[in-house]
Amino acid sequence: MKSLTSPRPAAVPADAPPAAAAAAALDRQRIASLVQRQGVFAVLLAVVLVSSFVFPSFGTLDNARGVTVQASFLSVVALGMTLVIITGGIDLSVGSVFALGGVLAAWASQYGLLPALLLPLAVCGAVGLLNGLLIARAGMAPFIVTLATLLAARGLLLSLTHEGATTYLVPRGSAFAELGQGTLWGFGYPVLIAVALFVLGGVVLQRTSFGQALFAVGGSADAATLMGLPVARTRVLVYVLSGLLAGFAGALNAARLSSGVTIIGVGMELDAIAAVVIGGTLLVGGAGSVSGTLWGVLLLAVIQNLINQIGSLNSSYQSVVSGGFLIVVVVAQRYLARARLTT
Amino acid sequence: MAPPEAAAAAPPEDTDPAVPPAVLEAIGVGKRFPGVVALDDVSLTLRQGEIHALVGENGAGKSTLIKVLTGVHRPDSGELRLHGQPVSFARPYEAQQAGVSTIYQEVNLVPLMSVARNIFLGREPKNRLRLIDFPRMHREAAELLAGFGVTADVRRPLGSLGVGTQQMVALARAVSVQARVVVMDEPTSALEPREVETLFRVIGELHSRQIAVLYVSHRMDELYRICDRLTVLRDGRLVHTGDLADLDRMQLVSMMLGREVAEVRRHGVTGFGEGHRADREPVLTATGLSRRHQLDDVALQLHPGEVLGLGGLLGSGRSETAKALAGALPLDSGTVTVAGRRLRRLTSAAAIRAGISLLPEDRKAEGVIPGLSVRENIVLAAMPRLSRAGVVSRARQDRIVEVFMKRLRIKASSPEQKVGELSGGNQQKVLLARWLCLEPRVLLLDEPTRGIDVGAKAEVQALVDELAQEGLAVLLISSDIEELVEGADRLVVLRGGAVAGELTGDRVGEAELLEVLAAHGPGAGGGTSGDTAPDEAAEEEQG
Ligand SMILES: Nc1ncnc2c1ncn2[C@@H]1O[C@H](COP(=O)(O)OP(=O)(O)OP(=O)(O)O)[C@@H](O)[C@H]1O
Ligand SMILES: [Mg+2]
Repeated sequence: MKSLTSPRPAAVPADAPPAAAAAAALDRQRIASLVQRQGVFAVLLAVVLVSSFVFPSFGTLDNARGVTVQASFLSVVALGMTLVIITGGIDLSVGSVFALGGVLAAWASQYGLLPALLLPLAVCGAVGLLNGLLIARAGMAPFIVTLATLLAARGLLLSLTHEGATTYLVPRGSAFAELGQGTLWGFGYPVLIAVALFVLGGVVLQRTSFGQALFAVGGSADAATLMGLPVARTRVLVYVLSGLLAGFAGALNAARLSSGVTIIGVGMELDAIAAVVIGGTLLVGGAGSVSGTLWGVLLLAVIQNLINQIGSLNSSYQSVVSGGFLIVVVVAQRYLARARLTT
Repeated sequence: MAPPEAAAAAPPEDTDPAVPPAVLEAIGVGKRFPGVVALDDVSLTLRQGEIHALVGENGAGKSTLIKVLTGVHRPDSGELRLHGQPVSFARPYEAQQAGVSTIYQEVNLVPLMSVARNIFLGREPKNRLRLIDFPRMHREAAELLAGFGVTADVRRPLGSLGVGTQQMVALARAVSVQARVVVMDEPTSALEPREVETLFRVIGELHSRQIAVLYVSHRMDELYRICDRLTVLRDGRLVHTGDLADLDRMQLVSMMLGREVAEVRRHGVTGFGEGHRADREPVLTATGLSRRHQLDDVALQLHPGEVLGLGGLLGSGRSETAKALAGALPLDSGTVTVAGRRLRRLTSAAAIRAGISLLPEDRKAEGVIPGLSVRENIVLAAMPRLSRAGVVSRARQDRIVEVFMKRLRIKASSPEQKVGELSGGNQQKVLLARWLCLEPRVLLLDEPTRGIDVGAKAEVQALVDELAQEGLAVLLISSDIEELVEGADRLVVLRGGAVAGELTGDRVGEAELLEVLAAHGPGAGGGTSGDTAPDEAAEEEQG
C-alpha cells in the first residue's frame, strides 16, 4: 500500500454554507414533512369543530359513537392497505376478502367464538399468501394479481351462500355477537379493537426492522435487495397481513350485523385506498403513516355522516366530496414531496 | 497527478516475504446474459489486507464480476471460495453475513428514508423491548458520519443531500458493518477531490485493520496512489493480474484497451487539441445571476468556438451556475441573453428553445430511461428536431445513433438493446450522446467524463474539442483539474457562489487555478450546496 497522503497540495477546504441557510432549509423540510403527515388531522379537526357548531345533532356523543363504529371496519382494512401501499404495492382484493371473512365467521359462529375468528383468519390469510407469492416470488403485477383474487374471492363467496340465497346468522347473545355489539365506556368493541390495532400497527411500522423494510422496499426495491434486506419475504408478509386484517374486519362486521352479508364490501378497496392516500401515504410507496390513514378514514366517515345530517342532499354527494378531497390531497402531496427533497 | 513512473519506482512498503492468505476467490467464473458473454473463465484472488484494483474498459465485466462475488448474480460456471472454502451466495444478504460488504455502482440507498435509517437498515439498534432505539441510532449515525467528514443532520431524507454526500453515506454504511472484505465499484465517480481524500483515509484505516478491499475506478492516478495489486479485464476475459508496481501507466492503459503502448502514447493524456479561435461576439451573456445562499451576482460570457472552464471547489456554485443558465434553477435575479435576445422567463423550455443544452451532474437521478432502447434514449431529446409534422424519420435516427455509438464506443449488442442492461459507463455515454445530438448553440457539460473509461474519455474530450472547432460554445465543469485545464481556453473561477477570478491565455494552468482558489484562504465564502462542508447548525444539533 502506497502512502495515503496527498501528492498535490491538499485541497483547500470547501466553502462552508452559512448555518442560517442550512437551518432554514431544514425547517422547510420539517414543516413540509409535518404537514404531509399531520395535515389531514388538522383538516379533520377543523371539519369536526365547524360541523359541531352548524349541526347540533352532529356534536352529540351518540353521533360520535355511531360514526366511529361505522368507521372502525374500514379503518382495519385500510390499515393493511397502508402497509401494502408503503411497499409500493396495492391490494384490490380486500373488499371481497372482507365479505368472505364475514360470511365464514357467521357460518362458524355456531361452533363458538374461536372458530368464528380463526376460520376467516385462516382463509383470508391464505388469500393474502396467494397474493404475496404471486407478486413477490412469481414477479407478477400487484394490480393484476389482486384484481384476480378480488374476482375469485367474490366467486367463492357466492358459491358458499348459493348466490346469496343462504344467509348465515350469528347466534343471538353469543360471545361472538357480543364482540361486535358490546360496548366499553360507551364505545363499541370494534372501535376499541381498531384503535388497538392501529397502535400496534404504528409501533410495527415505525419501531421494528420489519417496518423499516417496508419503507425500504417501497422506496427502492433494488437498493433494498442490494442492502441485503429480505425483499421477497417482506412483500409476501405484507399481503398476508392485509388479507388477515381485511378478513378480521369482515368478521367483526358480521358480528355487529349478526349475519354474513354476501353483497357487502363491494368497492371497499377503493374507499380504503382513498383513505390511505388522503392520510398522506404516497401511492408510489416509500413514505406514509398509519396515523394518517386513521384520520383519513375518519374524515371520509365524517363527510358521509354530515351529508346524512343535511338530509336533503343525495347521499351520492358523499363520493363527490370524497373525490374532491382526494384530488386536493394528491396535488398537495406533489408540492410537499418536492419541498422535502430540495435544499 | 504524480507521474506514474515515480510511483512505480517507489520501493514497495510491504516487503514481507510471506504472501498473505486469500480471503475471497473467484475461480474460472463465467456469466452470460442474453446476447453477451459478460464473464468468461475469470479468476480473481483477493488477499487479506490488500487493496486490489479491478480495471477495464466500460463493459469489460467489472461490475458483473462484483455482482457474482457478492450474491447478486449466480455464476453460470466456476466457483467462489471464502477463506479457502467453496461458497455460494444466493442473495446479497448471505454475502453480507459472510463478511463481504459492497458499495455497488448503481443505487445503493433509499432516497426517501432518513440518513440514519439508511445506514442502519436491516441492523437497527434495539432497546430492551426489541424496538428500534432511535436516539441511539441517530447518535451513532452522526458519530460515524463525522469520521467521513459529513455533518448533515442524520434525520434528513437522504435524497435531499448532494450526490457526493449520498455516496459518502453509502460508504459509511458499507464500512460500518464488521466486514472482512469491502468491495467498492467506482466509489469516487460522484466525489469531489476533498471527499476522495476522506475516502482514501478510510481505505487506509481498513488496510491497517487487515481488511481486503476490491477497488474499481477509471482514474489512473487513484489506482497508483492506493492499490497494491490489480486485475485487468477486457471483454469479459482476464488479461492480467499482478502487482501494480510492475506496470507503468502506459502499459496499464494499453493492456486495458488491448492496444500497443506506442499507440497509446501517441494519443497523449487527454483528447483535447490546441486552443480554439473564438468569435468576438458572445453567443451567451449572463449577468447578475443571484440566488439566496447559492449564487451571488455571477456574470459570464460564452463565445462561439470556445471552451470555457468553470473552476472552483465543492459548493462554490459551479453546478448551480450551469443549472441557472439552463433554466433549471429558479433565480432571485439575473438575466441571460442568447444571440442578442434576452430570455424573458428563464425556464428549461425557454433555454432549450434558445439552443442551450445541459448535461446534468446528477445523472443517476436525472439519467437514462432503463426500459427504453439505446436508440430511443439517444434521440429522445432530439425528437422535435428530427421530426417533420410529427413524423420521425427512422433513417435519420439510425444515422445519428450509429455515429454516436461508434464515436463514444457505446458497447451494446445492438441499438435496440435496453439501456438498463448496459454497463454503468456505457449508460453515461448514452446520456452524453443524448445531449450532444441536440446540436445546441451552447453546450453546458457538468462532469462529462464521470464514470467513463480512459479510452472513451479521450474520445469524449476530442468530440468536445471538435464541437468547439465547429463554432459551438461549450461550458465545461470538471473536478478532474487536468481535464479542466487541458480542455478550457478560458477559466472562470468561482468561490462561494461568486466569481473569484478569470484566467485567460497562458494563465490557464493548474498552478494558477490553485492559486486563485487559495487566494482568500479557506472558508471565505457562503455557498450551500456542499453538505459535507462544516456546518455549525448541524453540529450543534448533534451535541
Ligand atoms: N442485466 C444485464 N442484462 C444484459 N446484459 C448485461 C446485464 N448486466 C451487464 N450486462 C452486460 O455485461 C457486460 C459487462 O457489464 P459490466 O456492468 O460488468 O461492465 P463494467 O466493467 O462494470 O463497465 P463500467 O466501467 O461501464 O461500469 C456489458 O456488455 C453489459 O451490457
Ligand atoms: Mg460497472
